[in-house]
Amino acid sequence: MSAADLQTAGSALADPVVQTHRLTKRFGAQTVVDGIDLSVPRGSVFGFLGPNGSGKTTTIRILLGLAAATSGEVHVLGQAIPRHLPNVLPRVGALVEGPGFYPFLSGRANLRRLDAADRFVSPSTRRSRVETALERVGLSHAAGKKVGAYSLGMKQRLGIANALLTHRDLIVLDEPTNGLDPQGTREVRHLVRSLTAEGTTVFVSSHLLAEVEQICSHVAVLRAGRLVAQGTLDEVRGAGQKLLQVLTPDVELAHQVLAGVGLIAEGQLHDHHDYHDGSPRISVPLPADFPPDRIATALVSAGVRINGFSVEQAGLEDLFVALTGEGFDVVQ
Amino acid sequence: MSSDQMSSPARTSPVRPASGWVFMASELSVLFRRRRTWALLLALAAIPILIAIAVRLTSGPPSGRGPAFLDQITQNGQFVSVTALTVAIPLFLPLTVGVVAGDTIAGEASSGTLRYLLVAPVGRARLLVVKYAAAAIFCLSGTLAVAVTGTLIGAALFPVGPVTLLSGDTIGVGESLLRTFLICAYVTVSLLGLCAVGLFISTLTDVPVGAMAATVVVAVISQVLGQLPQLEWIHPWLLSQYWFGFADLLREPIEWSSFGSNALLQAGYVVVFGALAYGRFTSRDILA
Repeated sequence: MSAADLQTAGSALADPVVQTHRLTKRFGAQTVVDGIDLSVPRGSVFGFLGPNGSGKTTTIRILLGLAAATSGEVHVLGQAIPRHLPNVLPRVGALVEGPGFYPFLSGRANLRRLDAADRFVSPSTRRSRVETALERVGLSHAAGKKVGAYSLGMKQRLGIANALLTHRDLIVLDEPTNGLDPQGTREVRHLVRSLTAEGTTVFVSSHLLAEVEQICSHVAVLRAGRLVAQGTLDEVRGAGQKLLQVLTPDVELAHQVLAGVGLIAEGQLHDHHDYHDGSPRISVPLPADFPPDRIATALVSAGVRINGFSVEQAGLEDLFVALTGEGFDVVQ
Repeated sequence: MSSDQMSSPARTSPVRPASGWVFMASELSVLFRRRRTWALLLALAAIPILIAIAVRLTSGPPSGRGPAFLDQITQNGQFVSVTALTVAIPLFLPLTVGVVAGDTIAGEASSGTLRYLLVAPVGRARLLVVKYAAAAIFCLSGTLAVAVTGTLIGAALFPVGPVTLLSGDTIGVGESLLRTFLICAYVTVSLLGLCAVGLFISTLTDVPVGAMAATVVVAVISQVLGQLPQLEWIHPWLLSQYWFGFADLLREPIEWSSFGSNALLQAGYVVVFGALAYGRFTSRDILA
């Protein structure tokens, strides 16, 4: 092997597991995915976020070759999609838009069926691999029951088990915690960690931000088919504003002080306070370069009584709302 | 990283893919583990049983009415299976084949298993071939369900002996069983075109019931068109044109020409609708 070959092999490993370039999908006149450039680093737990109807599942379908892109390029595991799908898919496990199984077959028989569909795994290890996967999602006791009699959460577990039938380089989980009880949700978190430890890259789409915050190393946020943020969790969260919170009975006075230092625009004095455990609370976005101690000094010297004073990093949820808009309106 | 590096090269160029027979066997096991499949086969098997019992209970002089071969049953039980096939061909067999062929792709789509099969991965062309093969095997099973049940119940309720053919010659019991089997092959071949039509319709929709109904409608329309003398020019191209041509297998020597024409016509349907199904299915977004 020449030095050049070694270098290629090395850079192939460093290449993103999923990479898209100006990926676009239109259904008729409607653009569902609008020129997105995804980059999922190898070994990451990648959170793919966005409100309902923002194009998450459509993007996943394109990555898996179920739907064709209208334009743009897609590479999964370093190979072009859809041309090299037959080489790529055996290395990818997926749970796409909910579990899908034959209701008249048992959970075990369903997994064996899907495993038999994969020509690149050994039939001789099928039984043991199916049992291992069932055990990993805690379904061993119900493996002989017909899937028609499963609860939503059990089907969801079975769907995850299907993605785990053999070693995968990439596992795509679309809303993995749908229908799961709190224990199930915790188990999924553990599972994702153990997968990462095995060297698998995990691509999780979700709208449960607390979940994502706990397990993901990287995130991308989709809004109306466009990528509005992408990076490591800290990078993306860092882009969000800090929030200053003051607990005080002297709301009027505090407002005047904050307006005095330029944190509140005149005329918006009353938009910034609510009640927290019965005592008034003022919340103001804080610019990154604004020293908090200056505010504290100003408040104290003006005679404002302070019960609490804090500067918080905006959570992923605040950021998500800031990026994707508030309310229930699904962007068309 | 280390486990990644160790496992990746082994999987980058998938080694020695297994033969397609594993998945074919799995497809058949799913088909025949379904209660619905057995209900269809039982319904087909009920036809000769009903005919045999009805004839046995109302023994009288031959009336000359009713389906072909009905009058011969009292003399020879071996005619039960042929009579039952004649009864089943216009509606019951197309109905069951429509259910199975219409369900092939649409059924997987509606249960959500289609996307998992494709991601497993099963290539789309391979899935079509396996689905078609399984539906074709169901055609044979359905035909055999009628013929075997007919032969058994015929032997149980009526005398069995040498059979007089349409050409006037007489053949022994063994030879007549062979002819029955040939008729089964003929009827199975007759259904292959419909099977391909069903497969194509099934790629058009995610609603299996719609695909099933549409497939049955195609079979019915084909027969209605075949009844209209004004449309004689279209008759040679109709799916159902040779469905009743199996009587030629009951001559001595066997008249193979209708078997050949039928096979050719059905092969044409399989090629055309197979190609349409391929074109549609391989270019379609799977959104179900």
